[in-house]
Amino acid sequence: MPILAVVWLALNPTENIWPHLVSTVLPTYLFNTVALMLGVAIGTLFIGVSSAWFVTHYQFPGRRMLCWALLLPFAVPAYVIAHVYTDLLEFAGPVQSLLRDVFGWTRANDYYFPSIRSLGGAIVMLVLVLYPYVYLLSRAAFLEQSASILEAAQALGLSRTERLFRIALPMARPAIAVGLAMALMETLNDFGTVDYFAVRTLTAGLYDVWLGMGNLGGGAQIASLILLFVLCLVGLEKFSRRAQSHVQGGNNRFRTLERVQLTGFRATLATTLCLLPVILGFIIPAIVLVRYSIIHFEDSWNADFLTIAWNSISLSSIAALVAVLVGLLLSYSKRLMNSTVLRAAVQVSSLGYAIPGAVLAIGVMIPFSRFDNALDALMREYFNVSTGLLLSGSMGILVFAYTVRFLAVAHGGIDASMKKISPHMDDAARSLGHSSLGILGRIHLPLMRSGLLTAVLVVFVDGMKELPATLVLRPFNFDTLATQVYQFASDELIGESALFSLLIVLVGLLPVILLSATIDRSRDVYR
Amino acid sequence: MRSSPRVKSLLQASLALSVVASAWISTPAIAADEVNVYSYRQPFLIKPMFDQFTKETGIKVNTVFAKKGLVERLQNEGKNSPADLIFTVDVGNLSGAVQSGVTQGVESDTLNRNIPSEFRDTDGHWFGLTNRARIIVTSKERIAEGEVTRYEDLAKPEFAGRICTRSGKHVYMNALISSMIAHHGEADAKAWLTGVKDNLARTPQGNDRAQVKAISEGECDIAIINSYYMGAMQTDEEQFAWADSVNIIFPNQGDRGTHMNIAGMSMTASAPNKDNALKLMEFLSSDLAQAMYAEQNHEYPVNKAVPASGLVRSWGEFNHDPLPLSDVVKHRVTASKLVDEVGYDG
Repeated sequence: MPILAVVWLALNPTENIWPHLVSTVLPTYLFNTVALMLGVAIGTLFIGVSSAWFVTHYQFPGRRMLCWALLLPFAVPAYVIAHVYTDLLEFAGPVQSLLRDVFGWTRANDYYFPSIRSLGGAIVMLVLVLYPYVYLLSRAAFLEQSASILEAAQALGLSRTERLFRIALPMARPAIAVGLAMALMETLNDFGTVDYFAVRTLTAGLYDVWLGMGNLGGGAQIASLILLFVLCLVGLEKFSRRAQSHVQGGNNRFRTLERVQLTGFRATLATTLCLLPVILGFIIPAIVLVRYSIIHFEDSWNADFLTIAWNSISLSSIAALVAVLVGLLLSYSKRLMNSTVLRAAVQVSSLGYAIPGAVLAIGVMIPFSRFDNALDALMREYFNVSTGLLLSGSMGILVFAYTVRFLAVAHGGIDASMKKISPHMDDAARSLGHSSLGILGRIHLPLMRSGLLTAVLVVFVDGMKELPATLVLRPFNFDTLATQVYQFASDELIGESALFSLLIVLVGLLPVILLSATIDRSRDVYR
Repeated sequence: MRSSPRVKSLLQASLALSVVASAWISTPAIAADEVNVYSYRQPFLIKPMFDQFTKETGIKVNTVFAKKGLVERLQNEGKNSPADLIFTVDVGNLSGAVQSGVTQGVESDTLNRNIPSEFRDTDGHWFGLTNRARIIVTSKERIAEGEVTRYEDLAKPEFAGRICTRSGKHVYMNALISSMIAHHGEADAKAWLTGVKDNLARTPQGNDRAQVKAISEGECDIAIINSYYMGAMQTDEEQFAWADSVNIIFPNQGDRGTHMNIAGMSMTASAPNKDNALKLMEFLSSDLAQAMYAEQNHEYPVNKAVPASGLVRSWGEFNHDPLPLSDVVKHRVTASKLVDEVGYDG
């Protein structure tokens, strides 16, 4: 519904913006957007898939810890990491100061140092916080892969590398594609980082047309263009694997995987490779944030902290549950009735993730306030009471917005796991007299456990970080950790905002670790 | 058939969820002694004044802060909107809200007395609360006194590679470019903007504070910023050195005067707590609140009876550009398009 509302907005611009855009900045917007997405795609795929493969199939020092540590950067909002690295790497930052001291340079013109505030910088920042999507989903996929298939491959004489590229990767492809799609959609809707780094992407252009030129319709047209972009990407991916279908037999599926013990140089290499993204994406930002938090503790601490943290946690967890339930419903109904209309509807409903949050918020607002005002008018007419705005400006609208926004995440993860369950199992269960709900509960849910948990976890952490929609839609005097960060960060007072950034990271951390442990165990339970 | 424990727990979870949700999902009723504010300004900038207001009148001030979309929220909420007041910076934003039909005119002798006519809408749809100058700052080391005195100077070729500004799309830059259009016409303003663009040391980025920092680090020599950023930096331990590296120039003192912009407020068309809202508006224009604004945020009070803070006064007296802001704001969209046309933001 909100997505249709955005399209509806796009049909009502105040002025045709395209001639102006095409003749001036559109080529730049497009170039930057495509380059950003390509960079993020390559980066997240490389880091995400390789680390997932290593921790699943090899044994090396620190592997157990890295399993969950690799998820940590996920808890760091992109706009926070962008601020942190700018502080570290800009001219006055400690890195360049040290270089100047060592080499005796004094001015910026004396030496070359890559500018962090650039397209390249934005790519690196986004890769560092978005690769966990790919990691998470590909790891879940690798874990769900049947050991016997890999053993069969081994028996047929395939080397480890061959097994990765010819068996494991193609089989994990739906899951990896979902992870990648999420990373890319988040890249598309990101505004904080690209704005801070002065990279003009389509999203930046959207906000400019809306706010700078006062043309919300024109902005919505750009949003629709972005949607089209996503639809093409998703379609392309689906098309390219149209002939494939990966289901796995139920037998022996959960036999323990034998991990290959790595030693010496190779072990060090594996550890380093997996440790690097954690250090860059989490440990360094965390240290900087802790330092700032201590310095600015008195400016930023306030007594409402518990309420604010509770707001964040409750909102995110409810949204996570709702989104996963809805996602499950969508996936399962798609499985039961394989109609084109339904598939298209499901596809559209999961596009919310690619729309910049503030625009989606307006899309959410339109149907809700229409409903509220219509109900109010009705009640006034017949009962002479005013119901006012029942849902708009309530927590309900926020939960709804989060669900719309993160449905892609929930649904994608669930769908990827569900697709791997052989339809023969459904047939068998049905022939034994089970209802569709019974099959879902007794067969699918247990088999999809890690996929489901992953979905809950991802939506929860995303909810903790959600900012633009929360800002616009929230009730009076309602703050989340993210809005607290924003009130300072929006004025580039990164020091004052550090405490709350740190809290987002810390609160996001606990479920990350807990759930990661559960996902890990999901294999062992059925041994 | 034994239902699976997983289904059971799922059902339990959703039951618990719906109980919690129904208690918590609908809009809380708004009590009588309140006033509701949609604010585009950061809460920490205005909260002290609100607290003082609550202390004096017992009226509670509820706020929602966001940088985008609040006017759209008002439009959608329509006549049932709980909001009474909108707070925002920049005259363009204020008049944008008026144009979208979400405000109402306010008649108040107190407001008209406290706020000079150039800082309020003729129909009372918006009122300025504070005033800020768009100043030029130049490196103490690298720019001689008198070398830069007007906005027009920034387009001179001798400053190639020496100017830093924030994005040309930002409202403060937009208002300045609009005022250039208002004074010189679109063609000349475009030529000027092209000149400034050719002089940029780097792609426009960061906020105004970041430009001063860039001067102190030697990345550029000249920047355009809002006046209160100087105050903020001069009173900050870490940032004092940045502020100390530059001279403040109030541009165009020999001719039309320095370009000014305002932060202000409007009453919403649907305001349910109209009386309280008016009280808050009047309070914010009063001597006490204006002095608090002046002291805390280093802005110029609109109320003529209230002096600027000591620090701000130390920067010196200067003449304002007398062109009414309502004339400046007319060129807002043209200014935004000029920025695209000359490729100002790179």
